[in-house]
Amino acid sequence: MAKKTTKKPSGKKVTKKAPAKAKTAYRAERDAVTSERLQNLAEGIVTSALSGREPKLDVPTRAASNTKWNKSKGILQMGSAAQERQLFNMGQARKFMQTLLHGQGINELIDADKTLSLRGMFYKGLHTIAGTKEKTFNDQTESDGILEDLEVTVGSLREELHIFAKKRGTMVGNITVIDSGDTIDCRRMGSGGYAIPSICEPDVIQFEKVEADFVLHVEKDTVWQRFNEDKFWKTHNCILTEGSGQPPRGVRRLLHRLNKEHGLPIICLLDCDPWGHYIYSVIKQGSISLAFESERLAIPDAKFLGIRSKDYEACELSDDVKIELNDRDKTRAKQIAEYPWFQDKKAWQKEIQGMLRNGFKMEVESLITKDISYVTETYVPERLAAEDWIS
Amino acid sequence: MAKKASTTRATAETMAAKQREISVSEFFAKNRHLLGFDNPRKALLTTIKEAVDNALDACEEAGILPDIEVKIEELEAPPSATKPGRYKVTITDNGPGIVRRQVENIFGKLLYGSKFHRLKMSRGQQGIGISAAGMYGLMTTGKPMVIHTKPNKKKPAHHIELAMDTSKNQPEVTIDVETDDFPETSSGTGTMVAIVLEARYQRGKTSVEAYLEQTGIANPHAKITFIPPDKAAEDPEFNTENESPTASRPRERAEGNSSESPPAHAGGSPSDQIVRTIERADRIEYPRTIDELPPETQEIKPHPYGVELGSFLRMIKTTDEKQLAGFFKNEFCRVPPSTVSEVTKAASSSKKTITGQTYVSTIDNAAAEKLYKALQDAKLRSPPTDCLSPIGVRQMLAGMLKGVQAEFYTASTRSPAVYRGNPFQIEAAVAYGGDLPGDQPARVIRFANRVPLLYQQSACCSFKSVVDTSWRNYNMSQPRGAAPVGPLVVMIHMASVWVPFTSESKEAIADYDEIRKEMKLALQECGRKLGQYIRRRQKMKREGERRDIFERYIGEIAKACNALTGTDTQELYDALLRQAKRRTEIADAQLDEEGKFIKDEHGRLAKDEDVIIVQNGKIASDTDDAKQETEAKPAKRDGKKVAKKKVVKKKVRKKAAGEKATLFEG
Repeated sequence: MAKKTTKKPSGKKVTKKAPAKAKTAYRAERDAVTSERLQNLAEGIVTSALSGREPKLDVPTRAASNTKWNKSKGILQMGSAAQERQLFNMGQARKFMQTLLHGQGINELIDADKTLSLRGMFYKGLHTIAGTKEKTFNDQTESDGILEDLEVTVGSLREELHIFAKKRGTMVGNITVIDSGDTIDCRRMGSGGYAIPSICEPDVIQFEKVEADFVLHVEKDTVWQRFNEDKFWKTHNCILTEGSGQPPRGVRRLLHRLNKEHGLPIICLLDCDPWGHYIYSVIKQGSISLAFESERLAIPDAKFLGIRSKDYEACELSDDVKIELNDRDKTRAKQIAEYPWFQDKKAWQKEIQGMLRNGFKMEVESLITKDISYVTETYVPERLAAEDWIS
Repeated sequence: MAKKASTTRATAETMAAKQREISVSEFFAKNRHLLGFDNPRKALLTTIKEAVDNALDACEEAGILPDIEVKIEELEAPPSATKPGRYKVTITDNGPGIVRRQVENIFGKLLYGSKFHRLKMSRGQQGIGISAAGMYGLMTTGKPMVIHTKPNKKKPAHHIELAMDTSKNQPEVTIDVETDDFPETSSGTGTMVAIVLEARYQRGKTSVEAYLEQTGIANPHAKITFIPPDKAAEDPEFNTENESPTASRPRERAEGNSSESPPAHAGGSPSDQIVRTIERADRIEYPRTIDELPPETQEIKPHPYGVELGSFLRMIKTTDEKQLAGFFKNEFCRVPPSTVSEVTKAASSSKKTITGQTYVSTIDNAAAEKLYKALQDAKLRSPPTDCLSPIGVRQMLAGMLKGVQAEFYTASTRSPAVYRGNPFQIEAAVAYGGDLPGDQPARVIRFANRVPLLYQQSACCSFKSVVDTSWRNYNMSQPRGAAPVGPLVVMIHMASVWVPFTSESKEAIADYDEIRKEMKLALQECGRKLGQYIRRRQKMKREGERRDIFERYIGEIAKACNALTGTDTQELYDALLRQAKRRTEIADAQLDEEGKFIKDEHGRLAKDEDVIIVQNGKIASDTDDAKQETEAKPAKRDGKKVAKKKVVKKKVRKKAAGEKATLFEG
């Protein structure tokens, strides 16, 4: 999974082995804990079965109902509610079986010290149940859900379970990182950029040299390409990241770490639509499905630079860029306005109201109508200089 | 005018010369459809029906368990599909026989019999049946009816051949000899009637076979042997006594039923085995499943409510009683002296005072009418009901079990009720599931005084009552205004001293509100039990599916736990399987009449008298024990013990079920 990198021959001197060994010790300890938790899980089932009690698992609920807004920390957190998963219940028996099957699979991964993708786990657990035509998993979605359940049930993170998601997201900028022992200079990533791995824990990624002043996170690849081509990160001394829509865990963890460890402000350039607002919300407070990881992912002081509802007039955009809000967008926007972390933010209420009043949404690309590099040369620099953002 | 007319028109005299009494026989010879001889196929059925009805009535009256053989021989095959063939029908019974001097009257005269003049529950009513059949035979083939009868065990039988003079309603005996050639019967007495007639033999819904099968259902105490033409031809020398079992190679209709062992029963309780109709190479047997004759019925006097004015006037004219008090007391039932004085007072006028002491002969028509009216207005008790002999729940179940292959049977007998002063009693039974076709409307089999009714189903009160009943309440599907659809057979029986048929051919019961209501109530009683059974069965199915699911996953779970903890896979698997079994116990449970789960000590069904459930569970299919399990029977012995057990188990189960339900919701 290590990305092929161009190493600087006379680059930063990095001792590859030493941190790797230290990591091994750290990881070994964590692995032992995870493995023990998995075994305890199975042990509990065995004990109930042998003593004639009903085998069951307690799976913390991953739902809006069990997500709490922690105002002082400014993040979403998972509540304490848990659901019982029973073997002898028609609706749960299959999931019960799948949970154990994956538990066993993960234990094997830990023993072998290897990692698998979510898809890999789907295939690892996949087989036909003896004497039937039924498969243990019908599709990957079923398997992914079980793995998330397992994360919260065992109380270990996905990385600790030796699972990674398909990687998404790219980074360039004034930073050098060490990824699994390989030094990567993000200033020399060509046009493609550095693919942010799905696991960005300190034992995998270390920040070697952070020279940037801030991080500009854009919504998608097309915008990122524009900024990279114009070498925006060079002129403004920043790090440029992209999360292909809602940023995956790896990207969020990386942003979180840059923000927390190096104090870099995270500035987001997203579309002016409910989806863009939601992405910002996820970066800022965390998401419902990963509420249990919010402390490691959420960036409460992330900033929303644009596109703003006022930009249609402020930038004198043409009518052609308007995309009409449909009913679903409107409902969604109202829901977002009701989020507790937006509720008492006047700027945000105004922003959402502004969008609703406009009756249309705008993509970041709409600025191209002004000029190909309007966004990199005018829009963002001006806003940055004016600190015209909301949070 | 008279003169002129004489040339062209008939005069009163010439007309008078043509006018003469029409004999009843002559009338029916021309209107044979009224008696059920409309077409050759029906003629065959009616002939057999009349003979079998008479035989059953005679046997029961004499206290003999009926043993009847029906044989049809094809003398000439039907030349084409539209023309009739020629058949010889022979019906042999083991009844009391007929004394020589009565033979002509019974077989040769229409409207002669013991049944018309009395109000007593019997199969035949009018006494036209068998003689009409003989007449039909004579008219279509010219062959006289041949009667062998042996009223005395020790004396030879009579051989009589009988023709009929239709114009005089008089029988003509052509041959009258004594003979020793009479088949041996169980009672030593008996009657054998042979009629040659133009007919057509066909299988199907309204066939002789269907009639006999249904007769067997309603008369489980009778043993009926049927030799259809194809089988009669196969073995014309057929004789029950010297028939070797190997030669006959029985083709059984019921599995797990040994046809070789004669159906032996003790004390009227059905045996352990299901006794079913047996089809052999040379005959079809409808075996006896109950060794009890139906109780003897009492003859009753007419109830005033059921007597019409004309009959009342005739009764006043023909009575032997001298005084009104005696007339009311002896010619009617349920007319107490208090009513007599009330009625006579009402009929009295200023001119004439009528009392109980008034001579009947002095009553004129006007007074009689007044008496009649007062009598209709008087409050009278319902007629006595000891005149009725219902088939009985147990007997109906035995009959249904014999004739219908299903898995669930229930029956119900209503209390007697009254229509137009005639007491009657309704019984119903249903059979459900098993091999019955599931996508067709339910089959309704109708009986009146134990006689199957095969024609005019939709005109019959009993069929209407089936349609009227909302079977959807009992988990059956039912199109609007139609019989329910599903694997269901519905049996309805009406027992009465006078069954109100819609026509003389006795094919459909007239639609009286009182009768329809009783029929519906009886059906509802059966329906409730059926509904419970169906619901429970569905639940069992669901539980079975649940267990399947659990068992499927247990293996995986045991393996995974083994990998994680090192626990022995098999040990864990067994432990989990035990739990799965316990949690889905209902899947193994058997049902009682309430649809509650019960098991008796043999793992067989315990149940009440009015329900039979035949189980053919999956496990049961491949072992010998399974066969045993598939055979159900009404459990009579230690019924009380089982009942107690039931109660305890019910409670436990209910609790468990409740818990499960809550878990499910959670």
